[in-house]
Amino acid sequence: MSQPALEARNITRYFHDPVTFRVLDQVSMSVARGEFVSVIGKSGSGKSTLLYVLSTMDTDYEGELLLDGSRLTGRSGSELAAARNEHIGFVFQFHYLLSEFSVLDNVMIPAQKLQRYGPAEVSKRAMERLDWLGIADQAYKMPNQLSGGQKQRVAIARALINDPLIIMGDEPTGNLDQKNSDIVFDIFRRLTREQGQTMLVVTHDGDFARRTDRIIELEDGRVISDGYEGR
Amino acid sequence: MKQSLVAATGVLFGIASFIALISFMTGLNQLLDGLVMNRSPHIRIYNEIRPSDEQPIERAGEYAESQNFVRSVRPRETGQAVRNSAAVIEALRKDPRVMDVAPKVSAPVFYFSGSTQIAGQINGVEPLIEKHLFALQDYVMEGDLRELKNSSNGIFLGKGIADKMMLQCGDIIQVSAAGGDPFVLKVIGILQFGLADVDDSQSYTNLRTAQQLLGVSSSYFTDLQVKLHDISLAPALAREYAQQFRVDTLDIQTANAQFETGTTVRTIISYAVGITLLIVAGFGIYNILNMLIYEKMDSIAILKATGFSGSDVQRIFLSISTMIGVSGGIAGLVVGYGLSAVIDQVPFETQALPTIRTFPVNYNMTYYIIGMLFSLVTTYIAGIFPARKAARIDPVIIIRGK
Repeated sequence: MSQPALEARNITRYFHDPVTFRVLDQVSMSVARGEFVSVIGKSGSGKSTLLYVLSTMDTDYEGELLLDGSRLTGRSGSELAAARNEHIGFVFQFHYLLSEFSVLDNVMIPAQKLQRYGPAEVSKRAMERLDWLGIADQAYKMPNQLSGGQKQRVAIARALINDPLIIMGDEPTGNLDQKNSDIVFDIFRRLTREQGQTMLVVTHDGDFARRTDRIIELEDGRVISDGYEGR
Repeated sequence: MKQSLVAATGVLFGIASFIALISFMTGLNQLLDGLVMNRSPHIRIYNEIRPSDEQPIERAGEYAESQNFVRSVRPRETGQAVRNSAAVIEALRKDPRVMDVAPKVSAPVFYFSGSTQIAGQINGVEPLIEKHLFALQDYVMEGDLRELKNSSNGIFLGKGIADKMMLQCGDIIQVSAAGGDPFVLKVIGILQFGLADVDDSQSYTNLRTAQQLLGVSSSYFTDLQVKLHDISLAPALAREYAQQFRVDTLDIQTANAQFETGTTVRTIISYAVGITLLIVAGFGIYNILNMLIYEKMDSIAILKATGFSGSDVQRIFLSISTMIGVSGGIAGLVVGYGLSAVIDQVPFETQALPTIRTFPVNYNMTYYIIGMLFSLVTTYIAGIFPARKAARIDPVIIIRGK
């Protein structure tokens, strides 16, 4: 079996405010390349906390985190930032588009940081992704001229711009109506099927989770089930 | 974007008011300085009436070593002329530190017109040198200084005398020196210095007319007025000349000691006010950038999530504040210049300053450079703390908080 895209070993995370409390308790999991995984659990089960530990943005944990086989635990903030830039795409509940920049510029920002391609190439790639998501005609609008579903698709395009190893989603459909949720899910589905994109999505939407390849369920900071029963 | 504009406007107002204020205040300062400094020689060489330093008894062999007491000493009559004036003038004009020397003959006189008689003082001057060194032109109400230079019987009267004696240009006035015959002179100009004492007594002729009036030779000068290139050398040079030429000298700093203090105090005040304005503007920028960070929390969070490190974010905010500083600073200089130009047009008429019609403004490049530098420095300092704060923002807290 090839190396997992993402692997977590015995992750334990405490919250200290107001009292010390163990949010994650020895969580181990791994995501293989091309898998579409959802993490579900009740509110307070630690699923979001787990995602942020896995995203490398939260570094205050015990255990070990490996991205594509290389150990990320203990690296400096700027090294982690560079790793996120290159290998991880994010889709959050809120779109987080920068209102000062056009849709196209928003998509291009992570690529401009990475500087793997020149400006013309970056712009072309951003356009390709917007086109793939069916919103190429909105490229030169400002984000506030777009509908909620369109904004979320722009956010997905932004997550895709650097061809990341894995895309992480934190309730990516949480703010959307059923129709737009379906559109977003279909996009994720197509990404995994057509492009072999690895996806890890935290959600409390059971419908959404049931349609993914694999469901990891958390309760009180522990993995209580991990399997393919959703299929 | 909007906030940056507001911040830049804050800088603009700070810099603009700094420029306008400092230009205006230094303009006024220069005017006031000019009132005294323009008209005063940097060093005045003259011959003071005083007793001999050495009394005869001290030369008499047998008493030379003794302690002698001489009572009721009287000043020696040596005249008021500067000794060996021609040689002194020549030596001074060769001195590279000296801008020029203006010889002058002044003497107390009586002015007669009809039955009125007024005591005053006549000044024989070289009109063109006087114009060049002491801006005499600025005080001319009527008449032409070139005419004064060429006229053998022309006189420029102080405005007070002319008013009292009901004289106008072209009228005849009789002037007599103490113990001399009356001289008939023609009024060819009126001067107003704005000081009643001076305007009520002083009059100007060319050197030769004054010398003839006094019945003295053409090398008779009561004052040599020296203007230097560097005014700060005046006290030292005054001492040097006093020794070298064995004359009495008075430098401008000694003559106008209080005035110097006044100038210094006014300069300090204008700088203090100006710097305060800039600091206030700096705090404004700090506040706005701080607000900007709270407003842009989401953007900072997503930038960090997508791979921008803390130092990248800090650099972005610093460049924003620098842009605010540069654009606000440049706009401030332009607006400040505009304000100064407006102030320059405001009418300001005063008896004391006949040639001033509007408020004086000093368009010195230095203040513009100081303004620009200060806007850059304050915006940088005001930007660095908020930028550091932005660099430390934890994206997890922002994103999870939604």
